[in-house]
Amino acid sequence: MSATPDAPLLAIEDLHVTFSTRRGLVEAVRGVSFSVAAGETLGVVGESGSGKSVTAFAVTRLLDASGRVSQGRIRFAGEDITAASSKQLRRLHGAAISMIFQNPRGALNPIRTVGQQIADAIMAHESISAGEGRARALELLKAVLIRDPEKRLDAYPHELSGGMCQRVMIAMAIACAPKLLIADEPTTGLDVTTQKTVMDLLARITAERGMAMILITHDLGLASRYCQRVCVMEQGKVVEEAQPLSLFSAPQHPYTKRLVAASPTATSTIADLAPEALSPSTVSLSPHPEEAAPAAVSKDGSVVSQPPGASFETKPAASPQDEGSAKKPAPGTPLLLEVQNLVKRYDRGVVAVNDVSFTIRAGESLGLVGESGSGKSTISRLVCRLIDASEGEILFDGQAIGTLPARDFHRSPLRKDIQIVFQDPTDSLNPRFNAFDCIAHPLRRLLNMKDGAALTARVSECAERAGLPSGLLERFPHQLSGGQKARVGIARAIACRPRLLILDEPTAALDVSVQAVILQLLDRLRREDDLALLFVSHDLNVVRMMCERTVVMQNGAIVEQGESLALFAAPQTDYARTLLEAVLHLGGPTVR
Amino acid sequence: MSQLSTTAKRAGWRFASSLPALFGVLVFTFLLMRVLPGDPAVFFASGPTAGKEEIEMIRKQMGLDKPVPEQLLRYLGDIGSGNLGRSLTTGQPVLADLQSRLPASLELTFSALLIALLTAIPLGVAAALRQGSWIDHVVRFICALGVCVPTFVSGLLLIYAFYYLLGLAPDPTGRVDIFTSLPPRLTGFLLIDFALAGDWEGWRAAAAQLVLPAMTMALFVVAPLARITRAAMLASLGSDFVRTARSLGLPPAKVIVTYALRNALLPVLTIAGIVFSTMLGANVLVEKVFSWPGVASYALDALLSSDYAPVQGFVLLMASIFVVVNLTVDVLYGIADPRVSVE
Repeated sequence: MSATPDAPLLAIEDLHVTFSTRRGLVEAVRGVSFSVAAGETLGVVGESGSGKSVTAFAVTRLLDASGRVSQGRIRFAGEDITAASSKQLRRLHGAAISMIFQNPRGALNPIRTVGQQIADAIMAHESISAGEGRARALELLKAVLIRDPEKRLDAYPHELSGGMCQRVMIAMAIACAPKLLIADEPTTGLDVTTQKTVMDLLARITAERGMAMILITHDLGLASRYCQRVCVMEQGKVVEEAQPLSLFSAPQHPYTKRLVAASPTATSTIADLAPEALSPSTVSLSPHPEEAAPAAVSKDGSVVSQPPGASFETKPAASPQDEGSAKKPAPGTPLLLEVQNLVKRYDRGVVAVNDVSFTIRAGESLGLVGESGSGKSTISRLVCRLIDASEGEILFDGQAIGTLPARDFHRSPLRKDIQIVFQDPTDSLNPRFNAFDCIAHPLRRLLNMKDGAALTARVSECAERAGLPSGLLERFPHQLSGGQKARVGIARAIACRPRLLILDEPTAALDVSVQAVILQLLDRLRREDDLALLFVSHDLNVVRMMCERTVVMQNGAIVEQGESLALFAAPQTDYARTLLEAVLHLGGPTVR
Repeated sequence: MSQLSTTAKRAGWRFASSLPALFGVLVFTFLLMRVLPGDPAVFFASGPTAGKEEIEMIRKQMGLDKPVPEQLLRYLGDIGSGNLGRSLTTGQPVLADLQSRLPASLELTFSALLIALLTAIPLGVAAALRQGSWIDHVVRFICALGVCVPTFVSGLLLIYAFYYLLGLAPDPTGRVDIFTSLPPRLTGFLLIDFALAGDWEGWRAAAAQLVLPAMTMALFVVAPLARITRAAMLASLGSDFVRTARSLGLPPAKVIVTYALRNALLPVLTIAGIVFSTMLGANVLVEKVFSWPGVASYALDALLSSDYAPVQGFVLLMASIFVVVNLTVDVLYGIADPRVSVE
């Protein structure tokens, strides 16, 4: 077949991709068909495991050795790529189809300057001299709007920020003017403002140069803003395809509906996120059926399961009609945490946290937002007494806890009152401890509980409250899904019944549907235990829903703080405004 | 420029921080030699009939009648002034003995390391590129063989095959056969000295003598080098930046050499430094089998005859070489990997 003028640039027909694994063949893509016209931007959205990246790698024939296209055709400009030889593919790569990857820093060669790498990309398809290559690389760096392009030419990737590395990656991808650009989660892991500038750049470059783009993302807001058409993928299949506006305002397929509901928007509340998780009969969204069900709050709004022997007071959960989930503590509630003029300096005069003061009342939740490098994670570690402050005071329940060195704080009776949930659910669990031991660890160390019925009961109670089925307690971290590992981390943190829980990006590594359930769980725990939360996140929508008050940080200092609703409705400072404007909303205007 | 200065600074710091370790090695060897059974005075007395007085006299001569701490202080003082003592077996100052024998050992070790690297890196790369294929299995077999067979066995096998059966190699006795006239000693490295003198026939003779012992030693260290090359190569072939290079259509040779191999060589460099130091000390068996006049066989002879000074001198030499090799690896690593100089 030869290309006809109105034929699509890329046409995928009934694509199947199989991986051979130790447990036999696994079909990751099961009959995907879609097409992309020249100059069009198509979004492919879905959660992890939906097969969206595998589809992209099948198109570029960059699948791992264990994966292969078992059925179907991929036509690019009339040519069937699935049958192309490696020589033909080498001509296509970069010159006709190129890719942009997640984790830009890892995608660049660490021991080669970016100028050389861009020149490599050009010289793969054009025979030009090294000097010309360098000149062209400089032009490309200018085209992707890097500051000081002349200086960056001889920089190594580790000397550049994540956003700059992604710009370099874009420069390499567009170096030979390909017809199709495949961007696989190009902005995941970048700050919201960087995300916006990188996406705007991509949209502008593809429009200017007439390139088609496939944008693969888990972020519906991103897809709705930058794509003309969106495909929704679930478990290796395309379940729905439509224009973004109609797709997100009136989703047809149940999966799309759940996905849209689980994505936090400017107005959604915690209860909105996964309304169907409220009824236990709903089929779970995640590939692990255990995931969604246990977070259950029954329809009348009360907590479903009161674990036997629980000695804490139970409060009724807010009904979905409440404004946000935030419930102000009564005035006159004593301050639980008081941070005064906190400073953290590192060697060579780097100031990570500069003169920060804030307070948290008992049972209150405070959000800490800012871009990477703003010092929010440092603050969470300072407050949790994992590292020592250079100056300033931390008062917990009226007691100064900053005086005891961090490495001795585990002996303090207050250690059990301040607990933390870490960002990476995998790395924060000991791979040699099963879920039971992970949760029992603080009980053994901090409460000196001995093995026996009491410990077992307490661990199962915590697991149950965190929504972890008791059958999973014997499993090791690598046998659990991301959401389940997050639950183990939460169960461990609440095991000693702390009064302050620090959450350092607790859902950053999770899919939206799992995030929705975990957020509901955290909110419920807070109400039940009268827990105070310090919620660190870069996701402003999540913070707005979870926290009564929000602190906005930049370069180690607080630029603005106040009631979340007021702050999000009318930010007072330019920086807070920039941050908020960079947040993408579903159903917002499309860029092109 | 700044990268060079940070590398120099790091190297200087490393050197300074290794001085205490050197001192520790010095004291430790000294004490170890004193607690080992065997009395040098008895050993060096004129014969089994030597009387008590004679032995006492030798003791006094050697300073062995003094308390150990005083002996240690005197020893340290001597080292400070560059005097490593005198060997009782050769009658020469230890420093002179080591100076004349070290180039032989170094020449052998360098050649062996070169042969090992030239074999191991292509083998490792081939194994990684064709993971699970017959090439991979053959390389694994060669590596296992190299590690399993002790050097004195493989050395004898090589002599048997190449000297006795095939007659390709010259007799395995020392660095040159007795009929070749030696070049003027400039560096002590025969290959270099011959080359400088322009005596290419002599150069060939020296090289022919060197091949078998060097191969014997290389065989022993090919395994760790090839395995680490394979592992590092697999890691970098599976890395994101190699995928990027492929997605841009870079030529396969460029992807493998410039992108994958250059990154994979970083761990190989570290291992090569360790391997080199180990070889230098552990090649005593090879030196014995091939009658190679190196430092290791010298130290072994001294140890067997309770001759303290050469053993102590040898250990000090090895420790210093270890420090120098580590420094070199450090500097090379700093040049090869721009990320290192950040810290």
